Amino acid sequence: MADTALQTTGLWFRYQEDSPVLRGIDLQVPRGQFLALVGANGSGKTTLVKHFNGLLRPWQGQVFVYGQETAGRSVGELARQVGFLFQHPEQQIFSASVRQEVAFGPHNLGVVPAEVDRRVEAALARFDLSAIANRPPAILSYGVRRQVTLASLAAMDPPILVLDEPTVGLDARGVGETVAWLQELHAAGRTILLVTHDMGLVVEHAERAIVLSEGGIVADGTPADLFGQPELLARASLGQPPVMALAQALSPWGLAGDALTVETFCRAYEALYQARSLASTPPPAQEGRSTTGGDDRASQRGEGQP
Amino acid sequence: MSHNILVKGLRFAYPPLEAGGPTQWVIDGLDLSARAGEWLAVMGASDAGKTTLCLLLAGLAPHLTGGTMEGQVVVAGRDTREYPPPGLAASAGLLFQEPEAQLFNADAEAEVAWGLENLGLPAAEIQDRVDAALAQFRLEHVRHRPPDQLSGGEKKRLALASVLAMQPPVIILDEPMGGLDPAGREEVLAALATLRRDRSATILMTESDPEAVSAFADRLVVLERPARQPVDSARGQAIALEGTPREVFQHLEQLADLGVSAPQLARVAATLNRRLGTQFDFLTIDEAVPALAVHLG
Repeated sequence: MADTALQTTGLWFRYQEDSPVLRGIDLQVPRGQFLALVGANGSGKTTLVKHFNGLLRPWQGQVFVYGQETAGRSVGELARQVGFLFQHPEQQIFSASVRQEVAFGPHNLGVVPAEVDRRVEAALARFDLSAIANRPPAILSYGVRRQVTLASLAAMDPPILVLDEPTVGLDARGVGETVAWLQELHAAGRTILLVTHDMGLVVEHAERAIVLSEGGIVADGTPADLFGQPELLARASLGQPPVMALAQALSPWGLAGDALTVETFCRAYEALYQARSLASTPPPAQEGRSTTGGDDRASQRGEGQP
Repeated sequence: MSHNILVKGLRFAYPPLEAGGPTQWVIDGLDLSARAGEWLAVMGASDAGKTTLCLLLAGLAPHLTGGTMEGQVVVAGRDTREYPPPGLAASAGLLFQEPEAQLFNADAEAEVAWGLENLGLPAAEIQDRVDAALAQFRLEHVRHRPPDQLSGGEKKRLALASVLAMQPPVIILDEPMGGLDPAGREEVLAALATLRRDRSATILMTESDPEAVSAFADRLVVLERPARQPVDSARGQAIALEGTPREVFQHLEQLADLGVSAPQLARVAATLNRRLGTQFDFLTIDEAVPALAVHLG
């Protein structure tokens, strides 16, 4: 069991008598996995993840952290194992200065003062907050407050991180800093559960993606599996990164449909362009069987296009 | 003077943290205007002053925030210095970045009705507008639910329904797409497009999603990131880039320095241009497919 970081069995939850929000969720997250949880607004994503740090308790079913049931364990106790980033920064900011806010979590966990200081300064530097460490968080912009909450979580350094839409409101630089941090944590063996609407993040960073729809899991696989199913994406009200839609639109010309990022798309396109340029000026004596075959198929399909 | 939004020589600083502390300009020398029916997008780093600009346009700054303001902000013909926020409510509707900031009524229906009641509209008209707004944003099933029991996306749609039901000539939106799924985004964008078409509403939205900006905005303004250290003397330049989204999204390196994301397909075009010597300038799928098809031959 110790190899499973997070688990739910038959988890049901309802805020109101007549309308369950989670309908029997069975989920197992291995230690060290980078898992993305996606789904439409109101599909139950936030409700599900709030069970992992004890903010919500099952109506029916069970929730486990490292194999141990959460029932009867306090939010404070679970916080040692599960670090939680709320969807909205004001749900978790209350200190008088940025530095105090970032120090609060590790201090509360009983980390020794010298180590708290070290972690706080490192977290402030990582999220570009050192210059404003003495300011009250309340006067900062939404995006900067979001960075403060990320720095707080970084300073706690929990083995499991649950992040509810961490990049909303961040600028491009902030998204880059956050993604680099998550990648580092993943490489260091932390378990990461990321709730997001940013399909680009899912494609580029998650090992596994789970799709939630109306309180149930409707898909579970690698991001490539998931994004290869446009009808599933539509049904679950999920967007496709533009570059994937472009790759699929160009598949009749022979472009590999699995280009998920700007870089993979451009490499696939370059390869296709070069192959087609070679094919269109055919050296008469030569016949590269596999390449020619591929190109013929591509150009035949391409001719059918308007 | 058919400008629905007119900003001239605007500087603004929040009250200093301690009495006598240095003045820190959050907006430092901004000139901006938007005509009736124009859709303007504002992008910039996290602390570039986007939210502050929204508060200034709705008159909440400086009336409620305090602070120091220089220059002029005129919205639908009303100078915000002369009209405190209640007097501007019929002119400019503001969607806050965090919907919780503006949801406080007992249920969703009362939330949408509140602004309309304050406008003094007849009861029948209020009911019609409430019904239409709840239907438009798929909120009928939560009509009698308290806002704090709604999901993040539902809250955002409810806040927007409340603002748009008032049918203001100027609509200010602070990150309207944040946290919305694709269906929610489409609803919001479609509702805004309708208001602009039918009522010539002027829309100013801060937005970090470059795809939404390139699909809908007529004009894009990118704000400079102000210095984080106090600056008392120097008057900075508040606008770093301005133009149609197509024009602005060609400056990929400058945008990266400004902390702004470019559309994925603009990055594809730039990468291919660099590696293959092409001259693509597409932003959307509809532009990219034919351009690449021709190139592939």
